[in-house]
Amino acid sequence: MEKKQTPLGYISFSAFAWVVGLLIFFPIFWMVLTSFKSELEAVSIPPSFISFDWTLENYVEVQERSNYFKFAMNSVILAVGSTLVGLVFAVTCAWAMAFNPTKRTKDALLWMLSTKMMPPVGVLVPIYLMFRDWGLLDTRFGLIMVLFLMNLPIMVWMLYTYFKEIPTDILEAARMDGATLPKEIIFVLLPMALPGIASTMLLNVILAWNEAFWTLNLTTSDAAPLTAFIASYSSPEGLFWAKLSAASTLAVAPILVIGWFSQKQLVRGLTFGAVK
Amino acid sequence: MKRVMGAALCALLAGGVAFTANAETKLTIATVNNGDMIRMQKLTDDFTSQNPDISLEWVTLEENTLRQRVTTDIATKGGQYDIMTIGTYEVPIWAEKGWLAPLDNLGTDYDVDDLMPAIRAAVSKDDALYAAPFYGESSMMMYRKDLFEKAGIEVNGRLTWDQTLDIAKKLHDPDNGVYGICLRGKAGWGENMALISTMGNAYGARWFDEEWNPTFDGPEWKAALDMYTNILGNYGPPGATSNGFNENLSLFNSGKCGMWIDATVAASFVTNPKESKVADQVAFTEAPCAVTCTGANWLWAWNLGIPMGSQNVEAAQKFIAWATSKEYLELVASKEGWANVPPGTRISLYENPKYLEAAPFADETLLAIDSADPINSTLKPKPYVGVQFAAIPEFQGIGTTVGQQFSAALAGQSTVEEALSAAQASTDRTMRKAGYY
Repeated sequence: MEKKQTPLGYISFSAFAWVVGLLIFFPIFWMVLTSFKSELEAVSIPPSFISFDWTLENYVEVQERSNYFKFAMNSVILAVGSTLVGLVFAVTCAWAMAFNPTKRTKDALLWMLSTKMMPPVGVLVPIYLMFRDWGLLDTRFGLIMVLFLMNLPIMVWMLYTYFKEIPTDILEAARMDGATLPKEIIFVLLPMALPGIASTMLLNVILAWNEAFWTLNLTTSDAAPLTAFIASYSSPEGLFWAKLSAASTLAVAPILVIGWFSQKQLVRGLTFGAVK
Repeated sequence: MKRVMGAALCALLAGGVAFTANAETKLTIATVNNGDMIRMQKLTDDFTSQNPDISLEWVTLEENTLRQRVTTDIATKGGQYDIMTIGTYEVPIWAEKGWLAPLDNLGTDYDVDDLMPAIRAAVSKDDALYAAPFYGESSMMMYRKDLFEKAGIEVNGRLTWDQTLDIAKKLHDPDNGVYGICLRGKAGWGENMALISTMGNAYGARWFDEEWNPTFDGPEWKAALDMYTNILGNYGPPGATSNGFNENLSLFNSGKCGMWIDATVAASFVTNPKESKVADQVAFTEAPCAVTCTGANWLWAWNLGIPMGSQNVEAAQKFIAWATSKEYLELVASKEGWANVPPGTRISLYENPKYLEAAPFADETLLAIDSADPINSTLKPKPYVGVQFAAIPEFQGIGTTVGQQFSAALAGQSTVEEALSAAQASTDRTMRKAGYY
């Protein structure tokens, strides 16, 4: 029997949720606020909250010094490209594991996940050498390959979980009606797993967008995304917080907007199958 | 359709060929995000107008990222950069390994004898330049004249660390938001260890003896670390273990530090009224001594070098000659004023009355740089080059580990004796593994 929630409990939970939400959001809010301060105000102690001279000078300087759109375009290409390539491999892989499991499927899944446990710097030199020899340094293609391989285990795991929720009978019925394997996946499986696929894609886009090890180490200028753009505004000597905040605000803005508009889909996908 | 596609492909190929035929030499320059470097980036129209066949592609990165990035590239001969901004730590190691191209064609106008001897020695091997210094720095003490006067303190000659401790006690007034002294506490070979190494030198310590054995078990390091933890722990700002250059700069500029010992390059920031609330109250003196003044102030320079993998060595040398020339200093002065020229590399700058007038800290900076000698920087003989570091590949790891141990002692998580013992053990292990003995 469902237990009715008391008004006090409702208010307490709501207040708690708001506090957690504000705590998570506060660093982003502070970053945006700092981006409108002068460098001196950005480091002043105690920090000023709203009552400071608001300025756009940091955004102007960032625009003057860097070609933001070039970096942003590279981020979009890398995030979307690695997600699409990853999806092709992840869907087929997850289909095989979910609907045609073998004795070793669980082991294979765990092994795939275990590759995420290795620090990336451990394979930096071999991958750098391969990229050098294959002419892939500072190319979008090379980075798409690295990002897609890096996120593939998570994509496979997520899709595997969603596919497991889909009754095998429906796929069998499609086969009985004469559907070939590609048709079965494209016209039957994918539409049914759409929320899961959408959330997997969104998560992968966010992960690829935020990736700051390989994107910094394997690029110089042509393929450098927004992570390199942000890295150029941190300084060992001199004040830089306000300019760095402006650069960071510009860098996170697109993904924040995408996340905001797709949050319903993302939550739906992430909780898919959680309650039966 | 096929014809259209074929035509488009041909057009693309033709375009590519035409582009190749008109291709100019593109120099990719990796640099750190310092004010002087950004200024250089903004002034490069002057260079490209003189050299229309050369274009420049800038890759500006945060210091640690830059170091990791360029080290990976040069060690693997990746060839991604034509010019790299590197410190005085990297130059001797990379030159020894044959990773840097010698700068033997900087032009007849490039007055190499005008480079400051200490800085020139730091970027040379067998009298050949392997990088050209863009700006140089040493360390010195910046202090508040008004607070010193109020406390009745006069600075006559170079201070000792004991005297500095007494002054810090007098100035320390945390209830009114003033701390006696601000020093680097953040762990790292280029952070707290830069300062602590110079303190160690002043107390007669050295990183390694002539046989490459670490010497943290000696009384010299004990005296230096006792002084560091005492003065900063008791008369410094709270949370000093997270303070590096920038954190101390903002503390000093907000009027919260009575004294600050750090890079000479800070002088231009603390005297700039746009950045500092105490710009007109700052005075300068040399870094404190203890049993000796040898090695009591560090030496560092950011330099431009050419990796061996570069295909554009000639064009790269042209750019380096332009960026590190006397004419470049005049160019900056004409656009941004003499106070903003990159300091610490050329003797002529410190003989220029216009610069001396614009930079009230020029004399102290020159004194500090001139007195720093990367070869003779310790009281006892040593086998390594470097004042605040040992120019060996293992030092980055060693310095950062020791820095963490000393930072723990400052935070009170371990005693000075425990920190020194841990530093001795970890450094000994690394040196043994590396085959030094």
